[in-house]
Amino acid sequence: MRDFEYEAPQTVAEAVAVLGRFNGQARPLAGGTDLIDQIRVGRHAPSVVVDIKKLPELNVLELTESGLRLGAAVPCYRIYGGCDINQKYAALADSARIIGGIQIQSRASVGGNLCNSGPAADSTPSLIALGAVAVIAGPNGTRDVPVESFCTGPGKNVLAPGELLVELKFPPRPAHSGSHYRRFIPRNEMDIAVVGVGVSVVLDDSCEKFVSARIALGAVGPTPLFATVAGDGLAGKSVSEKSIAAAATAAQAIATPIDDMRGTKEFRLHVTGVLVRRVIEEAVKRARE
Amino acid sequence: MAKKRVVTTTINGQSTEFLCEPRQTLLEILRDTLRLTGAKEGCSNGNCGACTVLLDGRPVDSCLVLGVEVEGAKIDTVEGVAKADGLDSIQQAFLENAALQCGICTPGFIMSTKALLAENPDPTEHEARFYLAGNLCRCTGYDKIVRAVLQAAKAKKSGN
Amino acid sequence: MATDIRETTGSQPKYKVIGSRPIRHDGTDKVTGRAIYGADVQLNGMIHGVILRSPHAHARIKSIDTSKAEAVPGVRAVVTCKDLADPGDRRVELGEGSIILKHLSANVLARDKVLYRGHAVAAVAADSVHVADEAAKLIRVEYEVLPPVLTVQEAMKPGAPLLHEDVFTDEMGEKSKQPSNVAKHFRHEVGDIAKGFAEAAVVIEREFHTATVHQGYIEPHNATAIWNHDGHVTVWCSTQGSFTVRQQVAELCGIPISHVKVIPTEIGGGFGGKISVYLEPVAAILSRKCGKPVKVLMNRTDVLEGTGPTPGSFIRIKMGADASGKITAAEAYLAYEAGGFPGSPVGAGAMCVFACYDVPNGRVDGYDVVVNKPRTNAYRAPGATNAAFAVETVVDEICEALKINPLNFRIKNGAKKGTRRVDGPVFPRVGMIESVKAIKNSEHWKTPLKGKYRGRGVASGFWFNCGLKSACSATVNADGTVGLVEGSTDIGGSRTGIAMQLAETLGITAAEVTPTVGDTDSVGYTDVTGGSRVTFATGWAAHEAALDIQRQMVTRAAKIWEVPAKQVKYIDGCLIGPEGKRFTFKELAAQINETGEPIIGRGAADPQQPGGAFATHVVDVEVDPETGKVEILRYTASQDVGTAIHPSYVEGQIQGGAVQGIGWGLNEEYFYDAAGTMKNSSFLDYRIPTCLDVPMIETILVEVPNPGHPYGVRGVGEVPIIPPPAALANAIYKAVGVRMTRLPMSPPNVLHEILAKGSSGQSR
Repeated sequence: MRDFEYEAPQTVAEAVAVLGRFNGQARPLAGGTDLIDQIRVGRHAPSVVVDIKKLPELNVLELTESGLRLGAAVPCYRIYGGCDINQKYAALADSARIIGGIQIQSRASVGGNLCNSGPAADSTPSLIALGAVAVIAGPNGTRDVPVESFCTGPGKNVLAPGELLVELKFPPRPAHSGSHYRRFIPRNEMDIAVVGVGVSVVLDDSCEKFVSARIALGAVGPTPLFATVAGDGLAGKSVSEKSIAAAATAAQAIATPIDDMRGTKEFRLHVTGVLVRRVIEEAVKRARE
Repeated sequence: MAKKRVVTTTINGQSTEFLCEPRQTLLEILRDTLRLTGAKEGCSNGNCGACTVLLDGRPVDSCLVLGVEVEGAKIDTVEGVAKADGLDSIQQAFLENAALQCGICTPGFIMSTKALLAENPDPTEHEARFYLAGNLCRCTGYDKIVRAVLQAAKAKKSGN
Repeated sequence: MATDIRETTGSQPKYKVIGSRPIRHDGTDKVTGRAIYGADVQLNGMIHGVILRSPHAHARIKSIDTSKAEAVPGVRAVVTCKDLADPGDRRVELGEGSIILKHLSANVLARDKVLYRGHAVAAVAADSVHVADEAAKLIRVEYEVLPPVLTVQEAMKPGAPLLHEDVFTDEMGEKSKQPSNVAKHFRHEVGDIAKGFAEAAVVIEREFHTATVHQGYIEPHNATAIWNHDGHVTVWCSTQGSFTVRQQVAELCGIPISHVKVIPTEIGGGFGGKISVYLEPVAAILSRKCGKPVKVLMNRTDVLEGTGPTPGSFIRIKMGADASGKITAAEAYLAYEAGGFPGSPVGAGAMCVFACYDVPNGRVDGYDVVVNKPRTNAYRAPGATNAAFAVETVVDEICEALKINPLNFRIKNGAKKGTRRVDGPVFPRVGMIESVKAIKNSEHWKTPLKGKYRGRGVASGFWFNCGLKSACSATVNADGTVGLVEGSTDIGGSRTGIAMQLAETLGITAAEVTPTVGDTDSVGYTDVTGGSRVTFATGWAAHEAALDIQRQMVTRAAKIWEVPAKQVKYIDGCLIGPEGKRFTFKELAAQINETGEPIIGRGAADPQQPGGAFATHVVDVEVDPETGKVEILRYTASQDVGTAIHPSYVEGQIQGGAVQGIGWGLNEEYFYDAAGTMKNSSFLDYRIPTCLDVPMIETILVEVPNPGHPYGVRGVGEVPIIPPPAALANAIYKAVGVRMTRLPMSPPNVLHEILAKGSSGQSR
């Protein structure tokens, strides 16, 4: 493996200072499950690795009436370890439970998954569906970026040199809401999503009509996609095969998948429609519970 | 070259210090520096689980942990599973069920099983298979491994 | 669930040790992490080697400049092909296939051309693996990039890019005039196929494509070598055959075999892929150059890009049967990828293609074709799985056309004693029909499969198994135990299966034998662990060693009792003399050292009748008609295993082989871009089954003893990989009505067929 220095700052301010000092030549290390392999294969060649996993602000996991705060370095297993998160932010727990194997989940964080900015990241569609906002610390203070605006291309995002993702903030969950994330993979575990779909729905008091819906797609574009037309189209509609099918078609329309070793373009487009339908159905089921 | 650091850790209950470069993985330190070669390297990117060890009680792929990261941590490897009075019931179950052929994946499976049974002492077949999906075996077709894991769970419950 | 069906149904078990399930001798070391595998070897003063590999699939090497790498502090040696001996044109036998030495040498370190991405070009040894790794990147190789050719059909086209100027087609014994990517074309024939097809009521002809796949052992290749100052080299490695490594290292380094000692470590899987050498000669010449022990390891990408694979193939099958369901004729066209150098297992594929059946009129054409992929190697019944996928699918279609139960078809046409294979050999007593009947009588088959998009498929397979040479020695200890040194490296518990045969013959327990796998200086010549031969042939050698011990024990007892030796008999682990004189094995063992020379049994075997193995598998699947994903609901494998020495490990071979076959059938493939770069060279995207992808694999052991072995042993390891892809294809057809003719039957491929047929709603 290529040589690099290792820093373990004690505060967010120190971390930001170190990251700034190396001006793009530093990479933050949270769970390391992507970064260490990327350095090994030469995809990244940082001069310094900045271990931020022990910073308290990045380890917050707090569910209150004002929503969920998820520190950027919280490993996946802590997310599905708490029953309230499993229930209220089910899509997030769905994602955390299937990223890599159990060993990966002991280390990998949702924040890291987002910063790695892979188009097929399993947690990003859930973050978008659940309306999460990224809290970013930088040399000039902190700023908030909605997750749907965070990724800018494969492996690329809005973080400027010296900036660090501190936490993800989720709004509180309304009554009669439900969410789900599912991906299509060839095996039953351990694969990268060929298509991933995260959905959050809010139903009316009768649980027969959609109040709102947020739909996000993974692995069918250069970044995870926020399918606004598909989600907005459900608002005010009855929960029916027809309305769900229309949302699936609208979601398919924004997908621009590629052919690769994980699936063909034809396959991904088809499965996007299938999966959006199935994931909405499950989110509705959960909203009704 | 980056400066080497002294890292202090506890491995299998024994306080251990080692010197390492930032780029050395925990797996490399265990195998080459500390000569604990029970953890194996099968893929070096977290897909086969042959290098599984417990880090502060959690199963991790030691190929995806840097040596410098484990300062102050507690690490358990396959070498520490058997006690002076005999094998652990997981190890015994693997032997009795013929749950290994070449044996290269066995240390990883044993460590993952240890973590599984600590978390879920009475797993169903499906739960066991889900938990162990990050450990690949190419020889057995998994049948006998899963049987061994379920037998070990029973044995642990009855206090063996 | 495991079932055991014995052909000999006596009330008493025939054997005491054979058929029991003792804990394997190496078990404790392997569950405690103490067993030493190749990568675990640590030597004083050892340094690390790293291989530089080609980034191109096909290129001419114009120059290699190693000076910058040599200048890096900590670098001790850099080597290229120039450091290997001039290999010449000879062909050498490697145990499971032979190779021309210059090809083997050029595969270890490329000569004038690189023939696949990942082809080794040079190597660096340095004080740390990281330094070696960085230094290797400083080697400047100037390439003239050439167009790659990646499939047999492309490679066989006139005008295709040529891999070798010096490979000419061996066209049924005649050498072609022009160089060609087709290294060989051969033909087997029996009867008159025109007449056979004319007699058929139904004729089915189909084309099949199978993807390149890898053995997928979890342990990467490794080698550690010391080139001593006396010109002798010692090599530690995990190999399927220490003696073949000795020969290959000696040949490639240009030294006598007696100057090479190979110490086989424990081995983390091989499946045929750890027979030919990759790193061993490189570690040796690096050590020669720097005077230190050198360890070289591959990573997973090296393994996938540079070793192994078993060929992708293009196959055409035509079969005909009369109205009663009797096969009248069969024809096969098999074109297999050899990879960068000639030597695909198409020969074995051609032997197996129709071997499950009595084919009165048959023709098999085989083509060995070089392409820009890693040189192919043996993989568990090499060549047979590709062929069975094609044939067993066509058989299923014939059964459908004639409305015949596929098991009854197999019973009607199945090979039995006296059946002649298309390639010539006539079967002795074999268990094809028994393996089919066992499925027919199984609870699985008798339980109807219900539900939409579900289907059940069956398929059979044949593998001929190998005999070859084995050796061992066995020393009687004073405490009544026996130390056994045998030459077969143990990949799956074989040392226990071998020890059990020795124990059976001596009338002692398996635990009273301590088996050790010897190195090349401490045991007699032994061929590779491959061809399902170890329990068969090395087990026989152990039986011979036990007989030798019996003879010496008889002589010794006679000496002690002062009676003629012919009055002493060895019965059930006891020496029985006249007038009630009797020693147990243990009692006599205690007196050996006081009464004469040590007792050492010698065992050697070169058996000629390995006895083929047959298997029949049944699988239930459910197909998601909207995604093409195949879920396996239930799986049962029956197999003629001869005599199951250690039934747990026989079941394990069947279960492991079946799951490898499932991986091959459903998801595994080498995925290349147009430039010939493998895009999925990791365990992330080269998708071998996880434990969540398969159910329990039920086994039925059918014991039809092999008349060619003292204990009726047949090899069991290879045949179970053969039926799964075809059984799955036949089940998928029943579930969603599409015939899969391409492997893998991955979700995109299955969905493509479903959509093309517009049949997602159709269930049969």
